[in-house]
Amino acid sequence: MKKTVFFGALTAAGLAAGMASAATLDDVKARGSLNCGVTTGLVGFAAPNAEGEWEGFDVGVCRAVAAAIFGDPTAVEFVPTTGQTRFTALASGEIDLLARNTTWTMSRDVDLKFEFVGVNYYDGQGFLVPKALGVTSATELDGATVCIQTGTTTELNLADYFRVNGITYEPVPIETNAEGQQQYLAGACDVYTTDASGLAATRATFENPNDHVLLPEIISKEPLGPLVRHGDNEWGDIARWTLNALITAEELGVTSENIEELAATPGNNPEVNRLLGTEGELGAMLGLEADWAKNAIMAGGNYGELFDNNIGESTSIALARGLNAQWTDGGLLYSPPFR
Amino acid sequence: MSTLTDPPKPGFRLSQLIYDTRYRSITIQVIALVLIIGAFWWLGNNTVNNLNALGKDFDFGFLNSAAGYDINQRLIEYDNQMSHGRAALVGILNTLLVAFLGCISALVIGVFVGVLRLSKNWVVSKLMAVYVEGFRNVPLLIWILLIGAVMSESMPQPREFRGEDATQSMYFSDNVAVTNRGIWIPRLGFSNSISGEEAVAPIEGATPVASGGADWLLILGTLALSLIAIRYIRNRADKVQQSTGDRPTIWYQQLAILVIPVGVVLIALGATIVSPYLKGFNFTEGTHLRNSLIALWVALSLYTGAFIAEIVRAGILAVSKGQSEAAAALGIQPSRTMKLVILPQALRVIIPPLISQFLNLTKNSSLAIAVGYMDVRATLGGITINQTGRELEGMLLMGAFYLTLSLLISGGMNYYNRSTQLAER
Repeated sequence: MKKTVFFGALTAAGLAAGMASAATLDDVKARGSLNCGVTTGLVGFAAPNAEGEWEGFDVGVCRAVAAAIFGDPTAVEFVPTTGQTRFTALASGEIDLLARNTTWTMSRDVDLKFEFVGVNYYDGQGFLVPKALGVTSATELDGATVCIQTGTTTELNLADYFRVNGITYEPVPIETNAEGQQQYLAGACDVYTTDASGLAATRATFENPNDHVLLPEIISKEPLGPLVRHGDNEWGDIARWTLNALITAEELGVTSENIEELAATPGNNPEVNRLLGTEGELGAMLGLEADWAKNAIMAGGNYGELFDNNIGESTSIALARGLNAQWTDGGLLYSPPFR
Repeated sequence: MSTLTDPPKPGFRLSQLIYDTRYRSITIQVIALVLIIGAFWWLGNNTVNNLNALGKDFDFGFLNSAAGYDINQRLIEYDNQMSHGRAALVGILNTLLVAFLGCISALVIGVFVGVLRLSKNWVVSKLMAVYVEGFRNVPLLIWILLIGAVMSESMPQPREFRGEDATQSMYFSDNVAVTNRGIWIPRLGFSNSISGEEAVAPIEGATPVASGGADWLLILGTLALSLIAIRYIRNRADKVQQSTGDRPTIWYQQLAILVIPVGVVLIALGATIVSPYLKGFNFTEGTHLRNSLIALWVALSLYTGAFIAEIVRAGILAVSKGQSEAAAALGIQPSRTMKLVILPQALRVIIPPLISQFLNLTKNSSLAIAVGYMDVRATLGGITINQTGRELEGMLLMGAFYLTLSLLISGGMNYYNRSTQLAER
């Protein structure tokens, strides 16, 4: 896989020398679909359902961007990537957008030459252990065997955490979440560690979720967000403001149910009007249709709807909004204004 | 009747470059050379252009920065504060380890199976045929994953060994623990270690022991000297046999030279066997053969062994039947014919394709990441590339490593091959 990606990179580089910097939007429009990198399968965030259609919280971002461009949320090619292949896939142009619970860090932004367009989930790294072990705190994990996805920030956090606390562990490197789940359930590792949201999503698929417990320690900040390549600011703007549109829509009370009504005629809230294209030229500034944000919101609902339908408390994953509530509700979600 | 005169010598025409056989080959070679140079220039130029477009430079400085990740199987000292270069070295040693173990066991399996497949016993030869066809016709990756899954799914967890009502117990009077995290076997510790490392008691109340490189060097050095001495004795016996016709009995001398010096060194170092025991989440002490190593090693050995078996069988069949008949006519026992007559001749046919199999095995070990074995592909080519974004540099380094290793292996094997060839005069 890695080698394929590498040669893909060379070939893509060879065939279209200027591709990385030129207008990604034009390429996407010419292709007729958005190539969106997602995980190889993490229920709630990105996983194919029984009909083989991708669905989930990260998938919702992909669909919203596709809808903003084409007016059609199904115009997406989903490219499953592992922790190790995702960056090469994005850097080489194999995918246009990576929405794969990827942590925004300085070195990825600056050194790896990517552009994080925002945060769609504020997360932190946690530990999942079987209840039978009787462990109540991560500091009791001295000598434990830990399953860890390679090529992730969690791998580095884990090394730091154990070093700082002066305890040892035995890492078992794994490639995908499915592999980690299998190793963990087989008992080949005592602990499974990744983003707490991912652990909750994984635990929800267990036969007996209640036999497993998330330890109280959250050992890192993991702001997860979609990202694009450096160098094409117009494309980055489209992804950034599509995400902002979803967040603003929730703040302004625009939902997939009332959006038709609100978009039909200009209402008395000017920001809603600008967002939905009934007033101003915001869509044209991005090089998109006037109703781009309306399409994006209709694709899967606003941020709150996406959250509730995929990972919220009514689902089996049952994540609370917590940090991911709107700033008006005491959370961290705060979109710049549409003006 | 007319006089034939030489036709006027035409000057050099351009069409001669194609139609004149004197020039044609040169023309073709020049064109090919230009195309090849052009292709390389195009590749290099594109790489440079695209690195520029991505705003990346070409720099190996990342090898000196702290790696930040941990590696479970380390043959040399390593922690996450050491450099990416050091992590790559740990990976390289892991690759070498599994390639070395794999080559040896594949060779042993291959020779046994290859000989047994020619057995007159129908059951044995058919069983071997099933093994060969089964392993070489199924992709290696599937075998690696299958063996890895069997190891982690069907073996007991370490905690099942715990307590009064343990459902599992260790083998060989509590010396070997087989778990789904690998196999723990005893190791040697030295109470009079010369390595200078601090001696620690492996378990409360036991003699403190240490184990360092110097101890092992001493033991292996003694062993090497013993082997040289054994060879000398054998050569002397050969000379006696050639001059008198009687071969002196030397096996007890050889055995004594092999065992006594090493035994003395071991006793002097105060060697003790350190057994693994359960502590906390896992077994501790002893040597831990991880699942990943076992799965990769076994799969590589069985897979490559199947190919080597076929090579060995072909080599044996290539020795003409007259040779074994001649051996029988000379009165050589059938049991010794294989060793003294057939195999030495078969080796000439066997070694060249055997080199390819060793190279295949070494390169196939890069499938290690499928079971999470931390070889050079997983450290340098995986995590390091991912954390630093240096795809091109990392891939080039890895390519250079595998190229060097392969050339070394084939160089060594070619040297051995020359020594088995017919000495022609």
